[in-house]
Amino acid sequence: MAVIETKNLTYTYPGAAKPSIAEVSIKIEKGEFVLITGPSGCGKTTLCRCFNGLVPHFYQGDLKGEIKVAGEDVVKRHTYEMAKHVGLVFQNPENQLFALSVEKDVAFGLENLGVPRAEIRKKVDWALNQTGISDLRERSPHEISGGQQQRVAIASVLAMEPEVIVLDEPTSFLDPLSAQKIFDVIYDLNRTQGITVVLVEHRLDLTAKYTNHLIVMQDGKVRFEGNPREILSTEETRLIGVGIPKATLLYQMLKKGGFDVGDNTPLSSEELANQLLEAFGAK
Amino acid sequence: MIEAKDVHFSYANKVEALKGVSLTIKDGEFLAIMGQNGAGKSTFVKQFNGLLKPTLGTVLVDGVETTKTTVAALSRNVGFVFQNPDHQLFSETVEQEIAFALKNFGFASDVVEKRVTWALELLSLSQYRKTSPFLLSGGERKRVALASVLAWNPQMLILDEPTIGQDHEQKEKLTQFINQMQAQSKTVVIVTHDVEFVAECNPRVVLMKEGKIVAEGMGKDILTDSQVLAESSIVLPQIAQVFTELSPLGFPRNVIDIYEAEKIILNARESRRMP
Repeated sequence: MAVIETKNLTYTYPGAAKPSIAEVSIKIEKGEFVLITGPSGCGKTTLCRCFNGLVPHFYQGDLKGEIKVAGEDVVKRHTYEMAKHVGLVFQNPENQLFALSVEKDVAFGLENLGVPRAEIRKKVDWALNQTGISDLRERSPHEISGGQQQRVAIASVLAMEPEVIVLDEPTSFLDPLSAQKIFDVIYDLNRTQGITVVLVEHRLDLTAKYTNHLIVMQDGKVRFEGNPREILSTEETRLIGVGIPKATLLYQMLKKGGFDVGDNTPLSSEELANQLLEAFGAK
Repeated sequence: MIEAKDVHFSYANKVEALKGVSLTIKDGEFLAIMGQNGAGKSTFVKQFNGLLKPTLGTVLVDGVETTKTTVAALSRNVGFVFQNPDHQLFSETVEQEIAFALKNFGFASDVVEKRVTWALELLSLSQYRKTSPFLLSGGERKRVALASVLAWNPQMLILDEPTIGQDHEQKEKLTQFINQMQAQSKTVVIVTHDVEFVAECNPRVVLMKEGKIVAEGMGKDILTDSQVLAESSIVLPQIAQVFTELSPLGFPRNVIDIYEAEKIILNARESRRMP
């Protein structure tokens, strides 16, 4: 079942000369781990803002076409109604956190929806546990590290038990190890809880291995959509400025050099290393 | 040239962010300072243009102690681009933003005009000349901040996390641009987490942890030392990861360059007469 579906979605910010996204038709199935990438300014962030109704309700402007999320027509619903279905995590967690304690920040969305107290407690405990920050519950969100802050931001959308979590470059401010931990948390939620994940990222080196559905955008349009292994194998993808993971690139260079390291196009160094070990007869 | 000698620095809240850092950066050098969040990297580079001054120890910029001069005087030679462009941008148009410092340094208006055009073109921003910086995407704002510093042509450039939010093409342009700066014997210091970027442009690497320098050397050696990196929350670049896995077969571990990797693997295949 499609949890997000758009048909010819076109949107222009107020006062802008041309649309930021144009004729976007995509279908995201329940439980998928979707990666959206493309050059800066290609419309990735704008598309994500459509998923919970920030576009057009908050940003105004001109929206054409259709968008349905979790069976709801986003244009006809309020943003607070969509918040039950779609949680948004931004690049910089500082823009999202504000309460005096981690626990209060995570509880805020539920309190707003008028959820009974006992239930809030249960859901907050669960969200803190899932993101591995139970021990931080009493701390102020402003005195913890960037990686921990981003986990708080994820926990606060998670507590709402949305069908979809949308993350817009959630780790750009983090060191690589903290980033990896965040991606592992998200991947785990996707696999064990069946939550649909939509991740916007430039850094495919870190993220390509998690996805089963890749969307490449350029100039507000969808250029490629589908299986990441197929898309990342094409020359055009590299040419429009998508940062192909180094392991995938090396695999292609070896293939061109006459060394075919198996049929699978690797998306991570682990995959490439395994295929090489096999090719060298060590596995 | 920058000479930092046993630099200590404490913020007002008494947190000691630098605990005795000594480092010499020669003119024309290309250096990357790496380390996890909170390691003291940004605090350290802010000493180079006097934004912060050592609590103990000294920082000499071209022989002048930073405590004996002003940020304005140091900035003429040391350009600083912040991690978050929003801490830097304030003008109504991109053009005005870039012209601001040039005017402050007293350049003639035709020079200002020329420099602005040059910087806009260099960073693919010409189309946004009359646009407000705040209507641009995060990656684009970052480039405006860089353009505004480049425009006054400082001898030394400090870039705090220059690759954040930048797509592949912009990163390649940044590499080209750094090469260009190097060709003009300018000093470039980057603070970064981006191991793939560092692996590609291969600067001297300084690794910081908890306010101290813990390792120092060429990218090829530092970025393939999995133990030292793990202690600093840095992961190996992908090529290095592949070669770590291949090392039991006799492959070298210290490979980060993709072309070198290709050559080594193809040669190995040849000598083993693989099918």
